[in-house]
Amino acid sequence: MNIPYTVEERPDSGLTNGKFGIWLFLASEVMLFGALFSTYIILRQGSVEWPHGELNVWLGMANTFILIASSVTMVMSWANFKMGNFSKGRMFLLMTFVLAGIFLVNKYFEYADHFTRGEVPSHSTFLAIYYTLTGLHGLHIIGGMVVMLYLLAPGTGLWKRNPEQYTGRIEYTGLYWHFVDLVWIFLFPILYLL
Amino acid sequence: MDHHVKSPASVHDHAHGEHAHDAHHELGFWQKYIFSQDHKVIGIQYAFTGLLFLLFGFTLMMIMRWQMAFPGKPIPLIGNWLGPDRAPMGIMLPEFYNQLGAMHGTIMVFLGVVPLAVGGFGNFVMPLQIGAPDMAFPKLNMMSYWVYFLGGVTMLTSFFLKGGAAQSGWTSYPPLSVITATNGQTMWLIGMIFLITSSLLGSVNFIVTIVQLRAKGLTYMRLPFFVWAQFVTSFLLLLAFPPLEAAGVLQLMDKVAGTSFFLPSGLVVSGRVVQVSGQGNPLLWQHLFWFLAHPEVYVLILPAMGIVSEIIANNTRKPLWGYKALVYSVVFLGFMSFIVWAHHMFMTGMGTTMSAFFQTTTMIISIPSVVILTALLLSLYGASIRFNAPMMFALAFLPMFAIGGLTGLPLGLAPPDIHLHDTYYVIGHFHYVVAPGTIFALFAGIYYWFPKATGRKMNEMLGHLHFWGSFISINLVFFPMFIEGLAGMNRRMYDGGAQYAHNADVLHWNVVQGYASWALGLAQLFFIVNFFMSIKWGKAVDRNPWEATTLEWSAPSPPGHGNFVTEPVVYRGPYEYSVPGAAKDFTPTFEPERA
Repeated sequence: MNIPYTVEERPDSGLTNGKFGIWLFLASEVMLFGALFSTYIILRQGSVEWPHGELNVWLGMANTFILIASSVTMVMSWANFKMGNFSKGRMFLLMTFVLAGIFLVNKYFEYADHFTRGEVPSHSTFLAIYYTLTGLHGLHIIGGMVVMLYLLAPGTGLWKRNPEQYTGRIEYTGLYWHFVDLVWIFLFPILYLL
Repeated sequence: MDHHVKSPASVHDHAHGEHAHDAHHELGFWQKYIFSQDHKVIGIQYAFTGLLFLLFGFTLMMIMRWQMAFPGKPIPLIGNWLGPDRAPMGIMLPEFYNQLGAMHGTIMVFLGVVPLAVGGFGNFVMPLQIGAPDMAFPKLNMMSYWVYFLGGVTMLTSFFLKGGAAQSGWTSYPPLSVITATNGQTMWLIGMIFLITSSLLGSVNFIVTIVQLRAKGLTYMRLPFFVWAQFVTSFLLLLAFPPLEAAGVLQLMDKVAGTSFFLPSGLVVSGRVVQVSGQGNPLLWQHLFWFLAHPEVYVLILPAMGIVSEIIANNTRKPLWGYKALVYSVVFLGFMSFIVWAHHMFMTGMGTTMSAFFQTTTMIISIPSVVILTALLLSLYGASIRFNAPMMFALAFLPMFAIGGLTGLPLGLAPPDIHLHDTYYVIGHFHYVVAPGTIFALFAGIYYWFPKATGRKMNEMLGHLHFWGSFISINLVFFPMFIEGLAGMNRRMYDGGAQYAHNADVLHWNVVQGYASWALGLAQLFFIVNFFMSIKWGKAVDRNPWEATTLEWSAPSPPGHGNFVTEPVVYRGPYEYSVPGAAKDFTPTFEPERA
């Protein structure tokens, strides 16, 4: 039994199942992070004092550029798969994966630095929301990396059987990845700069 | 990976009669019944697990009802099994009473009704009604069931922790939930995160399936109302649940990492200031919680309305009155349900401006609910009704939901809510919506679609006994709650309210409610016996035993893998009953026009 519209688009909706599904998922993610951003605003509004300059802006900025670069390589990967250029597409996907890894390593150094200074989540409400937001974002990065790893190694078999479906999966991963990137674009100013 | 064992097609066809054409390969036991990706099996798994949780959650309440009716007396029969840290000498401890209360709410809502209504009926019926071969993402579907199962196991095991399960009410308001020293609350939060994840996966799947996999000719305005109800429900689950996931994560941080998102500065517990970083906001939890939990009310009621609509159309042998009005109402209802949440919080001191806004939106949301109820009521007018078991439950839904809904109006207005807040009046109100409302509709649905799932009908006589037993006793449980609540009796009272003098005149109702709830438990035996007996010995039926019009009745009973024998095509609207000039009193959507 085959489920219709996994590869070709349904004429009246103009979407494949996967693409529609990933957009719906991202809608729910907007609500998740939306709730957390609202929490940040409410806690900050209700606070007597809000710490400034506790975070390493340079590391945060470096991570911002790393994630933006990874979004670019993600698009390059998809474009190459779309043009039937498997090896180049795979190379760009691998680059995205590596950039995501570098982001996490940076994040690890940031966390470790805070922990050695005793700045744990219970230290202040600012640090609490900082760890919660960046931790949840980090989990999203790891989730994306797991999917990329699947598409790099065992998932490539699909390319031989059905390149269009494989390219579709790259596209859905890309949409998710841009979203994760976008969340960081919001996180960086509210946590590091403002 | 490949467990598919090819079996000769002829043998297969012989054994299964008219199963779908491409089911020529047999799956092993584990893939067919346990880790199944077939929406029908997953639907049945959901329904069965949901029913078990409903029974379990109801049992918790029957135990609590003893304590309220006869405070401080040893619990009969099971009292000695509960152990010294729950009920020494069979007498219930207050901590255990609180656990039962919190877990009754959680289990009934998140592990019982929603999985049965959405996971069970949605999964089983919806793809059949839209003519789809399966859900859009079968693997995701399997995963959402197992994540739900994991959440259920997490909740259940929390009873066996030291200190027991969560005990801060199903709403888990901080600071109480955070400062309670036991680990039950932590398990509750982890369980909730599983359940929310499961709902998210499920709702994405439902929406994509409804939009993408509708059969040829099945336009949106030809969708059965049940599908519309599931469609709107899925959007509520998709968009309202994530904020609770966020809130769950934050409270988990408070419990585990010692943060104080929900703990204000200078909080005093047992005469001592709690040592936390402070600056938290307990009201924030209430906002995040009710942002989910009010749409959740509509998640509970919309599938029920969908089921009742199908059954009423079928058994009145008339088209639904005002199909378009029903559809527009349900969409509007879904939208409005996102902006009424703070009517649960009139007593928190959030200010009159906020109260005025939320009481206005609450009055507005009552309009589409009344439109839906009125349309269903008018559908009965002038019909010659078939009073079979599903129809009895569906008919009872109408006045029960009406009582539940209308008693909500005084609660939605800030001034009367001052008197009624946190009394038994509130308990009566929402139980009328959910118990004799939604759960009756779910029973109606089980009697109605049982033949599709098993190929056999349930016994009518036992069905009627089940109905009358439940109908009488459930009203004796819930109606006195309005009397108690108006007299000022508070909810969540360990002794049933006996410690307050003003409750003295209404305390005797606790005894009535106790006996009525145990009678309600006994009445369910008719259902349990009927259910299992009918699987084996029920009257065998063909595809369309109810002479219904919607698409699921064109598939074999039970449908094989892939559902339909030939590709389904839809030619007309969903409820063409008693068409003037037609040869029979129903004209199915799937029958081509005669030339």
